[in-house]
Amino acid sequence: MISREQAVLDEVTRIGGVRSALLVSSDDGLVVVESALEDQATEAAAAFAARLGGRLATLTSALRAPPMSVLLLQATAGQLFVVVGGPGLLLVAVTSNEVNIGEVRLALLAAAGQLN
Amino acid sequence: MTDDISGMTSQLAHDPTSLVFLPLADALRRRGQLEPALAVAIRGVHRYPEIADGHDLLARIHADRGDGDAAFDAWTSVLRLTPDHLGAHKGLAFLAFRAGDLGRSAKHLSRALELAPEDASLAAAVERIRTMIATRAGGAEPAADTPRRSGPVPIPPTATTETTPTLLLDAQGRVLRGRIDRTDGLDASDAVAAALAGVSREAERAANLLGLGHWRAIAMEAGPFNYEIRTPTAETLLLVARGREVPAGRLARIADRAVDQARRWLEELG
Repeated sequence: MISREQAVLDEVTRIGGVRSALLVSSDDGLVVVESALEDQATEAAAAFAARLGGRLATLTSALRAPPMSVLLLQATAGQLFVVVGGPGLLLVAVTSNEVNIGEVRLALLAAAGQLN
Repeated sequence: MTDDISGMTSQLAHDPTSLVFLPLADALRRRGQLEPALAVAIRGVHRYPEIADGHDLLARIHADRGDGDAAFDAWTSVLRLTPDHLGAHKGLAFLAFRAGDLGRSAKHLSRALELAPEDASLAAAVERIRTMIATRAGGAEPAADTPRRSGPVPIPPTATTETTPTLLLDAQGRVLRGRIDRTDGLDASDAVAAALAGVSREAERAANLLGLGHWRAIAMEAGPFNYEIRTPTAETLLLVARGREVPAGRLARIADRAVDQARRWLEELG
């Protein structure tokens, strides 16, 4: 019997090119639930996602603008998606560069909606 | 660049009637030497009052110095001479926006877009202003004591025919160029630069740790705004912000251009 959170994350990792999907505590960057291929540095991804989310919160705070809802770090060999997954939670996905960005974004937003 | 300025200064000294005052004043302005730029431009405009580009340059120098009234007068002079002057319409749009006159700002921006229909940043600015006007028309007028501007400024003060980066900062969190405002209209450039200091290093470390290679861009959606963060050089960071009416894909293209311009500007600085 898998948890609802696990099922939601498993849906995300079924998308081609998604290496891992995580539910992360935004306060301390710890992995709450994960769905990942082997050899994925999920703890590092979780920690970084929380740290970057926190740092960019100071950006929106400085602008007196609403907080971040979706974040995408693009790199030469892959991408990191971060979506606010509810109070104190982030949904994180690590993908290749071959993914459909729009599809992953929508899947994460849908997952966040299911978890809320 | 310095040699160019020395050469042009020498040329102008030998021949005060030379039109070299235009590139000289602009070069000084780009280097941030606004007082000498102003002096050169004023002398040139007095000598050649019929040259619209002289007034336009003078207006941009005034705008960079924060003298909006003088900039307004100079850009108005440009339009008297050349009614379809792109830079003047963009400049007046910026001044109107800062004054909270969205209708007048939209009028000048729309005219500018007619004159430069391929300019994606102008199209984005027009969309944004129209959205703001529609939002204002659909909701309550802000209270008299509420600043009328909201969101990142669509066109920076030094707007020319180029897309100027919204905010360029160095690795120590200091502003190099551009400006970004809080949603209540106050300048937030320094605070934003400080907030973003170290982001590049952190992104690079994370990308390495996760086996993602080198980081290229950070895109962020936050309420009514989209943001794009880039690293034009190893020591600089660029933030481009637009309203959500500018889709993420288009914002990425705007950021591409802004990165190119930032690199050129940094090269000019030496």
